[in-house]
Amino acid sequence: MKKLLEINHCRKSFGGLEVLKDLNISVEESQVLSIIGPSGSGKSTLLRCATLLETMDGGDLIYDGLYAARDQGGKAVYASPQELHRVRNMFGLVFQNFNLFPHYSVLKNIMEAPMLVQKRGRKEVEEEARSLLEQMGLADRADAYPYQLSGGQQQRVSIARALAMKPKILFFDEPTSALDPELTWEILRVIRMLAEEKMTMVIVTHEMAFAREVSDWVVFMNDGIIVEQGDPREVIDHPTQERTIQFLRKMSGD
Amino acid sequence: MTLTTMILKMGDGFGKTCAIFFLTLLFSLPLGMVVALLRMSKNRLISALTRAVISVLRGTPLMLQLLAVTYGPYYLFGISVSRNKLIPVVVAFSINYAAYFAEIYRGGIESMPVGQYEAAQVLGYTKFQTFMRIILPQVIKRILPSVTNEVVTLVKDTSMAFTVSYQEMFTIGKQIANSQTSFVPFLVAGAFYYVFNLLVDFIMGRAEKHLSYYR
Repeated sequence: MKKLLEINHCRKSFGGLEVLKDLNISVEESQVLSIIGPSGSGKSTLLRCATLLETMDGGDLIYDGLYAARDQGGKAVYASPQELHRVRNMFGLVFQNFNLFPHYSVLKNIMEAPMLVQKRGRKEVEEEARSLLEQMGLADRADAYPYQLSGGQQQRVSIARALAMKPKILFFDEPTSALDPELTWEILRVIRMLAEEKMTMVIVTHEMAFAREVSDWVVFMNDGIIVEQGDPREVIDHPTQERTIQFLRKMSGD
Repeated sequence: MTLTTMILKMGDGFGKTCAIFFLTLLFSLPLGMVVALLRMSKNRLISALTRAVISVLRGTPLMLQLLAVTYGPYYLFGISVSRNKLIPVVVAFSINYAAYFAEIYRGGIESMPVGQYEAAQVLGYTKFQTFMRIILPQVIKRILPSVTNEVVTLVKDTSMAFTVSYQEMFTIGKQIANSQTSFVPFLVAGAFYYVFNLLVDFIMGRAEKHLSYYR
């Protein structure tokens, strides 16, 4: 299996506080990896480092063989802006609170980046955008503005916006956390559908049942380190580490 | 002097009032953006310096700034005061209003959620593209009411050009009032400004409505 993402010896501090401590993670093509853990465990920071929204203090960040950052003597040295631009083209990110562009229609939200950044033709991009919307069950909302949509619909638009860039790997940062509980299934259904299509995904989530069902690999993080990882049925149903057991007990409300 | 002659005479100066108004907007609106960006510069020295300049421009009377720009070159360097006062008047107004617009822009830009920048960055927009396409259009919508306020104030502030005897409407009105010992020219001037501002309100209202298609 081809490694699409590799993070080695990732370290990150905010102020004096070490949030990520020598963390290693790798994602293979078509793999669905879920990252779980209590808030403050560093899982969101890890995702933000992987998507270049934060810079690592130390470590390697490698996308499909391309170095975004290389560890040199314990310091992460980042590639040139041009190369980072190429790297950004390889992944997409779905935010917790969507971050759609409110002044653009749904269709323009999806179409602008492929046209502007990837310089693809309008006709081709529009066809694809419409078929993505169809896939998301939003074919009739192309001309709506984000404020006219429910949270679940907005999140599906943001997934379509990310997919329109044809990413090799798609990150989700707690994609259902900002949604009313009755809307989370809309998003989970879409992610399940993408998993069936063999989309490579990294999902930071609090939905244990979902993580267990959809992912091939689960990583449990606590205090900036990976405490336990493996097959979701192993990690979630039969955790071996005390910290994991505690966390899962809290999550299930016992 | 009949009311009609009065209005006609003052109407002559109205063109100059409009010249101050439109030229000031033309220069101060973009200049304000430059000042706002300097004010938000990561370079501490540039930011602090800009902040000091804004502070002086907002903290001293516009009238004083008008006098300084018009007569300052003469007192400082012996350069004779130009016959055409429009240039110093517009320079003083533009600089003063740029300071106010800069703070409005800054407030608008800083109110933008960081998620908008991050979404654009992840999608591969350059910093410039992000600013021009994602940030600026939303900032304009947010600051429009405050900008309207400044524009309305500018209409009335043009009357301050009388301090350097630039022959705009109010200056002429004041001269007529003195020579005729009448208060009527001031009432006429008031009516001019009021109607002008009705128009400003109408246009800015249309602009706000035009941008109300999203929230």
